[in-house]
Amino acid sequence: MSAGVAGSGASVPARTPAHALAARRARARLGLVALVVLVVALSILALGAGAVAIPPGRVVAILRDAATGAGEVATRDALVVTGIRLPRLLMGLLVGAALAVAGALMQGLFRNPLADPGLVGVSSGAGLAAGVTIVLGERLVPASLGIDPFALLPIGAFLGGLASTLVLYAIATRNGRTSIATMLLAGIALGALAGAASGVLAYVSDDRQLRDLTFWSLGSLGGATWAKLAVIAPILLATLAATPILARALNALVLGEAEAYHLGIAVERAKAAIVVLVAAAVGASVAAAGVIGFVGIVVPHLLRLVVGPDHRVLLPASALLGAGLLVGADLVARTVVAPAELPIGIVTAAIGAPFFLWLLLRRRGLFP
Amino acid sequence: MTLSETADMLRTIVLLAGPTLVTLLLAASPVAASERLVAAGGVVTEILYALGVEGRIVGVDTTSVHPPRALEDHPDVGYLRALSAEGVLSLAPDRVIATDAAGPADALDLVRQAGVPIDVVGEEPTPAGVVGRIRTIGALVGEEARADALAAEVEAGFAALQEARARVDGSPVRVLFVLSLQNGRAMVGGAGTAADAIIALAGGVNAVPEVAGYKPVTDEAIIAAAPDVVLSIARGDHALDPDALFALPAFALTPAAEGRRLVSMDGLALLGFGPRTPQAAAALMRALHPGAEIPAVLSGGADAVEATR
Repeated sequence: MSAGVAGSGASVPARTPAHALAARRARARLGLVALVVLVVALSILALGAGAVAIPPGRVVAILRDAATGAGEVATRDALVVTGIRLPRLLMGLLVGAALAVAGALMQGLFRNPLADPGLVGVSSGAGLAAGVTIVLGERLVPASLGIDPFALLPIGAFLGGLASTLVLYAIATRNGRTSIATMLLAGIALGALAGAASGVLAYVSDDRQLRDLTFWSLGSLGGATWAKLAVIAPILLATLAATPILARALNALVLGEAEAYHLGIAVERAKAAIVVLVAAAVGASVAAAGVIGFVGIVVPHLLRLVVGPDHRVLLPASALLGAGLLVGADLVARTVVAPAELPIGIVTAAIGAPFFLWLLLRRRGLFP
Repeated sequence: MTLSETADMLRTIVLLAGPTLVTLLLAASPVAASERLVAAGGVVTEILYALGVEGRIVGVDTTSVHPPRALEDHPDVGYLRALSAEGVLSLAPDRVIATDAAGPADALDLVRQAGVPIDVVGEEPTPAGVVGRIRTIGALVGEEARADALAAEVEAGFAALQEARARVDGSPVRVLFVLSLQNGRAMVGGAGTAADAIIALAGGVNAVPEVAGYKPVTDEAIIAAAPDVVLSIARGDHALDPDALFALPAFALTPAAEGRRLVSMDGLALLGFGPRTPQAAAALMRALHPGAEIPAVLSGGADAVEATR
């Protein structure tokens, strides 16, 4: 974590630690402002662009009418903007922010930049529950209820993610103390178990279910609707709102659990809060948009290289960059092969990975 | 009469005559005649072309590989199961005709909310299913007469096929359908699949009736199944190569290896259960029973289906 200090020291003449700190703060402020501008610009683009060509003036008029409740509601253009693009944009912002923040929280908790939400079992639990819903849904849900089993998928994924995290937490907690090392190892074991169960499901599923499973696992914001948004938005917003409270605890945890405790941090409570928040955020995200990899691991890591490791800056910056990355990736996913659409996981990796590599190489002095 | 009075009168005439004219036009021709259609599913596109309404198609999905020009002439709305709501709406269709594999459900709901009806046809791999699909789609596009003619033609084809099947003698030919070979492991077509259905129509016997659906099976299961013929899809470069196939231990020990009997056919013709199914089944029958007498109605023509051996 000393890399950030050395980096800013190289570019700014910093003679004293106080100077270096001031330079770092200025840079962080600038970074946050730049990220806000990026997210706003991408959001405007996302509302204006798509397979259906709608002039910018008309998009503005439709949004104004929708906001005031007046005018055209039923036209096709209005439906594309307010029924498809707007919920999709909001879901992209929320899911991107939540995934990136969940990644930053996990990396802070495990004091390991390679940690990601998958480590607490939430992804494998959600994935398994989704598999069960897709493959066995038709057998488990009585046809007389008149519910499409596929509609139960988001609920199943959310509950599965939460359940596996709680199981893991219970395993790793003894006498009120949670062992992070036990949690890591048990998470790997539970992940393997869930993977095996998913494999069995893939074997007993028919051709159609197998394809549903594959496409769901590639992730997409294509299913964004106001109804879905209404379910996941409160969960994701609550998670995002709670993170600033944890920034101080995470900064102290960098030093180690005992040290954090002596600094006056309620370590056990902070750990429990982080695990539950991550499970809720990732469970809701996976439920709404399928499995979107890469955002949680790379966004915080990339920002640590730029704005430094202070969680008071890192957490909001991760939320902003995660939101921007997902909205930008979705914009690419739904426009490059229009009227068809790419799975978003492909695009997030294709955009983010080369940029991340470039940043790494630049820091090692391989690029000017 | 002043100029403004003339203008007023003209406006009145236009206002009155316009709607009348439109009404007359609508009454004179079927409403469907000008409908813009999006076809989601290879069999839907095939039937729309067979009904001669390809001019109304404004978009097809990736699985619409027959006729080959379908994907060249129309925008591709993506894979059948991963359709994009805005992408479909951008083509301004009046109607989407899809097989029941189309999805995801959320995207279809958004398209419906935009006022575009989505009509779903089933995929049952049976002669009755084929005829039903043709009639359903014919009714949707207002081409009942052509659909009736096409359905009658297809029914006659199936009837001729049944007679030919009855004339086939000798021991039953065991057919193993191989969907794909990955790392030497075969994904085979068991009971309930379209492959199982077309093998039966062609007078063959599925070598793996105990498998349900398309499943990967072990090498020993293939040896135990003892297929006389291996059936696969001809997919350009990805077609199975008989030399490579019968060099695999699992296949080298089957009766099919002795005669090197590998039959490859166009995937949509073989498994799509559309208008070409009687010809496809006949082509397969010829490959399975080289001596079979197959009526002329089931061979040749524009829609000839070839089986390569």
